[in-house]
Amino acid sequence: MQQDFYIKNWVKIKNGKVSNSEKVIFNSSETDLSIFFKAVYNFLELKYPKFHKMDGLSKLGILGAEILFREHKISPDTALILSNNASSLETDRQFHESISSFASPTLFVYTLPNIVLGEISIKFKLQSENAFFVSDSFNAELLKNYSESLLTSGKSSEVLCGWLDLENGEYDVFLCLVSPEINMPFSEENLKKLYFAENEKPTSRT
Amino acid sequence: MKKLYLLDDAIISPLGFSTKENIKAIQEGRSGLQLQQKPETIETSFYAGVIEESLLNAAFVGIGDIKKYTKLEKMMLLAVQQILAKNKDLDLNETALIIATTKGNINLLKDPGNFPENRLKLSELGQVIANFFGFAQTPIIVSNACISGGLGIAVARRLGGIGKIKNALVVGGDLVSDFVVSGFNSFQALSQEACKPFSKDRNGISLGEAATAMLVSTDKPESSGNIALIGDATVNDANHISGPSRTGEGLYQSIQKALKEAKISANEIDFLSAHGTATIYNDEMESMAFHRSSLQNTPLNSLKGYYGHTLGASALIESIITKHTMLNNELYSSKNFGELGVSKSLTIIQENQNMEINYALKTASGFGGCNLALVFKKE
Repeated sequence: MQQDFYIKNWVKIKNGKVSNSEKVIFNSSETDLSIFFKAVYNFLELKYPKFHKMDGLSKLGILGAEILFREHKISPDTALILSNNASSLETDRQFHESISSFASPTLFVYTLPNIVLGEISIKFKLQSENAFFVSDSFNAELLKNYSESLLTSGKSSEVLCGWLDLENGEYDVFLCLVSPEINMPFSEENLKKLYFAENEKPTSRT
Repeated sequence: MKKLYLLDDAIISPLGFSTKENIKAIQEGRSGLQLQQKPETIETSFYAGVIEESLLNAAFVGIGDIKKYTKLEKMMLLAVQQILAKNKDLDLNETALIIATTKGNINLLKDPGNFPENRLKLSELGQVIANFFGFAQTPIIVSNACISGGLGIAVARRLGGIGKIKNALVVGGDLVSDFVVSGFNSFQALSQEACKPFSKDRNGISLGEAATAMLVSTDKPESSGNIALIGDATVNDANHISGPSRTGEGLYQSIQKALKEAKISANEIDFLSAHGTATIYNDEMESMAFHRSSLQNTPLNSLKGYYGHTLGASALIESIITKHTMLNNELYSSKNFGELGVSKSLTIIQENQNMEINYALKTASGFGGCNLALVFKKE
């Protein structure tokens, strides 16, 4: 019999608000990105000095993954399937600016969107399937289908999938943990419902 | 899981504007790498494989307006055009378009020309390709560092495996932009000479640019002599974002998982298409992973000496060359190899030779700690 999968928990980070499947867990009016990221880091009582060296996209990914993984025993084969609109453009622009004076190798390494998958893998010791997709707007169908293919083929027993976008200081994060443990059925409709809920400005080409 | 059949393919590179021209150049040992001077970007000269824009425009003018498209778009469009011209019955409403790239039109950051700012976006690049030919489905864009092109094929197989797609066109492409030249130079990763994969005197990569496309299907073609993808896996090192694992752990695990899915053992692999970037650490890591996988006696090559590192395109190009290696029963030499310079023994192909090839393994690794293994079978 085919196994069913569920969205066990999710996290959203947008406009200073951090929430999971149960409640708003942190709220701030801070508009400076690095101060906001640090505030969430402190709120979560993270002790991970590497965090401070990361670019914005990786910081967002680490914060989101931390919220999902801290109350859940992680399977080491949990796949990481993330997507966004802006790829790594936020850091690309910073690196591009640096070229004329001193091309920074520490910035250059973050000019790929999948680096955040590496950062999450290192922090949570996940030697697992990774993929980063780029699309104009939240593509629930692709996330659902690709996650399902990994889960049903046995390549992964659980999946962290979602949307992780950062451009011009605006961030839009929706990550969910897909597992055989019962909660909300894992479907394209439910992914859309969760992503668009209270999301006044979903990421898209404007 | 279902097999994925590799059908028509096209390669647009400094070695030529078709797969046939590319294979011929490799058979003759010609390289696309040439000495480049870009004093405004980096002080020292370096080798790279760059496509002459006038040649590209001369080829593109037959299918579209050269002013309306960026260099990368023209390369990708030409590659896709070649395949569609040979497959006129392909229903573009039903065919998935999968695009693999690391940086897309990143050169527009420095020199936007007349293109709107959103042309920098990878989703826009995908839409340009889709609209040009009339692909109805939203393109799937894979941007996963240097495994992107190979991961694109795996994505097609995985979505095909659950019945979501039947046919897909997998397209890969990246440019030698000032952006990546500056970046790899800041890493001190650019070789002063043409890159020398697995050699003792290797000291870094040569960059290259290319676009490539391959038609794949879960339906077995009626004709005989087909190559199918029968096992695939990616595993992250979880070790470092810009350096590979010293033990080759992620690559080793990828190989083991792909072989397991293919239900074959390492000694059945007749040919290994390595990543072989010619950085000190990458090639050393690969030797560890191959040795741990008992692949030290399997003939292997790196194609970076012909193309340079074409980033998001590389693993797709190398899969296409692997396909022809298998169909032609012809092993191609690993260009610029001198004396073995990794700590575990490997069997580097030093001269072209004929050999029956039934199973092949393609591997790739990249920044972010990603690794990929693909197992191909001849049927």
